[in-house]
Amino acid sequence: MSLLAFIARRVLLIIPTLWVIATLTFFLIHAAPGGPFQAERDIPAAAKEQLMRQYGLDQPLVRQYGRFLANAVRLDFGPSYKYPSRQVREIIFEALPVSAELGGWALLLAVLVGVPIGVIAAVKQNSRADYAAMGLALAGVSVPNFVLGPVLVLGLSLTLYLLPPALWQGPESRILPVLTLSTAYIAYIARLTRGGMLEVLRQDYIRTARAKGLGESVVVAKHALRLGILPVVSYIGPAAARIMMGSIVVESIFSVPGLGRYLVNAAFNRDYTLVLGEVLFYASFLMGLNLVIDIAYTRLDPRVELA
Amino acid sequence: MSGALRAVEPPTLPAPAAAVQTLASSRPESLWADAWKRLRRNRAAVISAAFLAWIVFTAIFAPWLPGMQDPTLQDLKLGAVPPSLAHWFGTDELGRDTFARVVYGGRISLMVGVVATLVSLIVGVSWGAVAGYRGGKTDELMMRFVDILYSLPYIFLVILLLVFFSRSILMLFVALGLVQWLTMARIVRGQVLSLKQQTFVEAARALGAGDAAVIFRHIVPNTLGPVIVYTTLTVPAIILQEAFLSFLGLGVQPPDASWGTLVSDGARVLALFPWLVVFPGLALSLTLFCFNFLGDGLRDALDPQDRRDVL
Repeated sequence: MSLLAFIARRVLLIIPTLWVIATLTFFLIHAAPGGPFQAERDIPAAAKEQLMRQYGLDQPLVRQYGRFLANAVRLDFGPSYKYPSRQVREIIFEALPVSAELGGWALLLAVLVGVPIGVIAAVKQNSRADYAAMGLALAGVSVPNFVLGPVLVLGLSLTLYLLPPALWQGPESRILPVLTLSTAYIAYIARLTRGGMLEVLRQDYIRTARAKGLGESVVVAKHALRLGILPVVSYIGPAAARIMMGSIVVESIFSVPGLGRYLVNAAFNRDYTLVLGEVLFYASFLMGLNLVIDIAYTRLDPRVELA
Repeated sequence: MSGALRAVEPPTLPAPAAAVQTLASSRPESLWADAWKRLRRNRAAVISAAFLAWIVFTAIFAPWLPGMQDPTLQDLKLGAVPPSLAHWFGTDELGRDTFARVVYGGRISLMVGVVATLVSLIVGVSWGAVAGYRGGKTDELMMRFVDILYSLPYIFLVILLLVFFSRSILMLFVALGLVQWLTMARIVRGQVLSLKQQTFVEAARALGAGDAAVIFRHIVPNTLGPVIVYTTLTVPAIILQEAFLSFLGLGVQPPDASWGTLVSDGARVLALFPWLVVFPGLALSLTLFCFNFLGDGLRDALDPQDRRDVL
């Protein structure tokens, strides 16, 4: 199948999936007891009616749904309920760069640290270094970031006064959130790399490369790594989507004004439009990235066919 | 959504374990005896299992353990004091003993982990087995459904469910179980696809066994290895998710407290009473660590292909 046909097919699959997500989220929100203006319950009935009319909440549900879908196609989710002067789109595009920066650094750090650790562990399989690296990696996977974050703050900010404990101002304020966010990813990528490398290092073409008299470092770095890293590549797609859309926990621990924090607040505030916008945005982001990763996969491993 | 990736997925286990073993030893051992032997050789896994057994024991029998204090007993005059002999993990602002609170928190965390895992196990195994066994249109339809659920931004949906509906423990189970069965269904389906080609299945069918009997009597027991491994890894995943939701204030509600709630409460007074974060955090992390180690060990022990080195 040609690359173009592949992309076209996948996009055709993405659209109905997005529709299912949109529909599900829409009806889930509207089935929930309690309206968005519950906090202002003691406002006069007339004012409330006015509010409901303004947001079209007085219309039948099917009409609301139709309008929501028509607008969503144009990326228009209307104004936020909580912050009526701001469009949902504006909020998302304002918070996205913050989350993307935090996530981008964390992911970069995870790959730069995790891959070498995994490669070393695989090359020196069953050595002490291997056991130490994998034990650490398992610890990294096991310590939740909402435990790690406060502990790092306690040690580096509140005891040693080295770094700011929160907020998103200045380069040094980036260090703790990025570190907290990336630890689990470093550990997981190290494990994936090791597994992938071990499988590859046993294969015949590696023996051939060695038999040709190539140095071990060339064999590992040039021949083995290219395939050994495939599990990491397929992991990075969803990981990138998750990490760039903002870590809810890290953003709330360190008061980072990113998408994750907005989402939780929006859900708590019953900010329907903002929630719907964020969910749809996240889903499209995720599926788009997965598509890109699948294409990258075929570039790295010519045996994989587009299907 | 993983259409392009299917070609490089690791092959599912081809041979029934028995064949491998007759080669390995003169006296044929059952898969389980063999696996047990391999597991015992893995020191990290054994230590993890022992530690977990201790945690589970303490959690279950907490109310009857001698010297265990009442986790709800307040002592406002005492307030928050750092760890001491009287209070091993210190006390919180209300003078409640942190050690007792951590132990009782473990009761909730472990219960949520186990119950939600059982839910995902039952749904996932049945779904995957039926899809794999039926094949064709049924399989296509059932797995497409799984694919769609997979691509949902699930954590958002869980948050929505918990914010908009009641924050009961039942809803928590539903929300957590909702996701975890997906991977289980995929694993079991893959296993069943390769198992159903084998002669013992044909033999069972030739003897007149119906579909349900073949699936649940003959095929499912043969998928147990990977299922056990994945189950061991699901429990910590669910405990972690529960803790995460509790951290956001969406999980377990007071007066109940899980490790997640304890960490969350402690994080708010981090600068003043750091032990309120450190000890529950330590209990949670250690438990997750041991579950993961045990899961890894089980994978090494139960996999007849001896992929002990592959993730």
